[in-house]
Amino acid sequence: MGKKTLSAALLATTMLTVAGCSGGGSANANETAAAPANPDSVSGTIKVLTNRTDLVQDGTMKKYAAEFNKTYPKVKVKFEGITDYEGEVKIRMNTENYGDVLLIPSVIAKGNYPKFFAPLGNTSSMKKTYRFTDKTNVDGKTYGIATFGTANGFVYNKALWKKAGITEWPTTTQEFLADLQAVKKKTGATPYYTNYKDGWPLSTPWTNGVGSVSCDAKASDELAGTDKPWAKGSDLNTLDTLLYDIVHDDLSEKDPTTTNWESSKSLLAKGKIGSMMLGSWAITQMQDAAKKAGQDPDDIGFMPVPAQKNGKSCATLVSDYQQAVNIHSDHKAAARAWIDWFTEKSGYSASQGAVSALKSETMPTTLQGYVDNDVEMVERSEAKTAEVNAIDDASEIGLNKQDYRQKLIDIARGAQDGSLQDYFDDLNKRWAEARQTVGS
Amino acid sequence: MTKTVSTASPPAQAPLSGRAEKRRSRHEAPGERSWRRNALRRATPWLFLLVPLALLVTFTYVPVGNMIYYSFTDWDGISPDRNFVGAENYTELFTRPELFRVFAVSLYYLAASAVQIAIALFFATVLSFDLRFRNLFKGILFFPYLINGVAIGFVFLYFFQDGGTLDSVLSWFGANSDHAWLGSPESANTSLAGVSVWRFTGLNFVLFLGAIQSIPGELYEAAQLDGASRWQQFRNIIAPGIRPVLSLSVILAISGSLAVFEIPYIMTTGATGTSTFVIQTVKLAFQFNKTGLASACAVVLLAIILLITWIQRRLVPDERVDLV
Repeated sequence: MGKKTLSAALLATTMLTVAGCSGGGSANANETAAAPANPDSVSGTIKVLTNRTDLVQDGTMKKYAAEFNKTYPKVKVKFEGITDYEGEVKIRMNTENYGDVLLIPSVIAKGNYPKFFAPLGNTSSMKKTYRFTDKTNVDGKTYGIATFGTANGFVYNKALWKKAGITEWPTTTQEFLADLQAVKKKTGATPYYTNYKDGWPLSTPWTNGVGSVSCDAKASDELAGTDKPWAKGSDLNTLDTLLYDIVHDDLSEKDPTTTNWESSKSLLAKGKIGSMMLGSWAITQMQDAAKKAGQDPDDIGFMPVPAQKNGKSCATLVSDYQQAVNIHSDHKAAARAWIDWFTEKSGYSASQGAVSALKSETMPTTLQGYVDNDVEMVERSEAKTAEVNAIDDASEIGLNKQDYRQKLIDIARGAQDGSLQDYFDDLNKRWAEARQTVGS
Repeated sequence: MTKTVSTASPPAQAPLSGRAEKRRSRHEAPGERSWRRNALRRATPWLFLLVPLALLVTFTYVPVGNMIYYSFTDWDGISPDRNFVGAENYTELFTRPELFRVFAVSLYYLAASAVQIAIALFFATVLSFDLRFRNLFKGILFFPYLINGVAIGFVFLYFFQDGGTLDSVLSWFGANSDHAWLGSPESANTSLAGVSVWRFTGLNFVLFLGAIQSIPGELYEAAQLDGASRWQQFRNIIAPGIRPVLSLSVILAISGSLAVFEIPYIMTTGATGTSTFVIQTVKLAFQFNKTGLASACAVVLLAIILLITWIQRRLVPDERVDLV
């Protein structure tokens, strides 16, 4: 009897668990999330997942929703701000319950987009209106629209650099290093801040520079076809050598293992830090920090990667998160209406000082310096992103992860044995081997 | 059957239940009644266990089963399709020795747990004797264990910061060290192991204290009459008296050192050579989307810990403590 009860209990639990795991329901796989022709015709409640918990909390998002309701009175928009966006949404995507509108997590392989998101339209026609459509283009269809784009470069404190006697942007990495040296000597400030502990400032901001050195929009795509991404003269080699030299020449903070991103913002604003490699999205945040610290927000400057091609500096333009419609959504038209409205009418990207996803919009004021100095904007091609990511994962290098550059810094400051060239050789080898396995 | 019932039921309730039995017997056949009672009696413990068992199965055994299943697939953690690849993940794991190199980091934590057990044992012994502010000190020692691991990570990050708490405390004593505590692998691992000692000493301490206090007090009195010193009391009464708890602590210390995670993950995310096996596994699963391989790593870690525990139990069998 006892045993039977036990097995019954176990069976019941197992069945509950299994039932819980295999959620039913079928997805309308090829249904395009088209924009509704008549705003009054759409209704329903949609849930928008966002990583901007700050904007959800301070009510900015609610204001956007209220504005949106003036055009679409029957759609109710709810927001869910998620702090650990990548980690949490990725796991939720094993179910059907991941909001109606969401930002595409970067871990989702591009080839899998059709399994998770409703197509928004044909890329050939979307391309005419929007920037960055390349990034979510799978088999001629676009699955996401960028919330905004960002240009790559160094945020720096103009006043501090002026104090060190530098008024011109450096045009070579050697010049940049000499300038940092001058900042250190003449002002006593930390010329460069790695943000080693928080890690992410070492990942995407630096990797986004691929293309800025060679002024080649396809530089990132080309990684898929090379066995030696860190060969001499390549973009990654130039960028990583620059980082190595900065740390090796003691031009970065003394103890990188206990850095703090939040406080680094006000340190830069106060002129205690000279520069940081970041995206242009950081400019408004730094200006805010300057205001809070009682400094002049105009002191925050932004300069391109110190490398020139044919006498011209370049800056890659990359898309930030892309908004997409959940393929399981019951309110696809309403979801699409929100994305379109948010991209076109909300003024979100302008408020962030970022590049709008709309081609018709001009460059934001934060990038005025680039426009004035004729920095060429190179919109990064994403045609082979899926392949590059697959090789990157297989090699366990992590171009968009912090670990490999943390190790680079460790080597540069002597916390780990090895030389830069050995490290590059090792990375090349791993990349080449991974290409073999992924290709096969 | 009836015999057991009458002896088992407390005497005060016997007349009550007898009356109830009489009333019921008018409606039901005696056989059926005893069967039902019997069934209910037998089922009762399982009914009480239903909820904990359901929780245990749902949150322990089903996930472990899933994990073992994933370890035989090439799943990336998100994609709806996963392919069965047999033992490929395990082959890859064992042909890449660098994946096991991180166990060297565990040695720091193993050394630290020896220190930790020694400290805990010392304080448990001292505080089991009559001392002033005894309870206050017990509270102080146990307190760190109550703090959440994430909070501890953040607190100690400031503690080890360049010019942080540790540096300023040292400067009061004239040691202007100005040392990057998390700067080099040796110093970082030692610092992190130190944090883990700080955190877990309280747990060992409470276990030891409980065991020591279960030793009958007459033994100490007798020993004192015989003129035994504190050290002799410790050697001959306390140490043998708490042996089972001591060996349990050692097992926990070893498995804990192999599976260190939150303190180094929060404080350094495994940078500067502080990566442990679990951190490496997490990175494989969530950074490089190799959920299958990472599951295999987790299964291997589980196997290693079970094996070590088994060997340890064979070497040091669980003896009955018999002091008197």
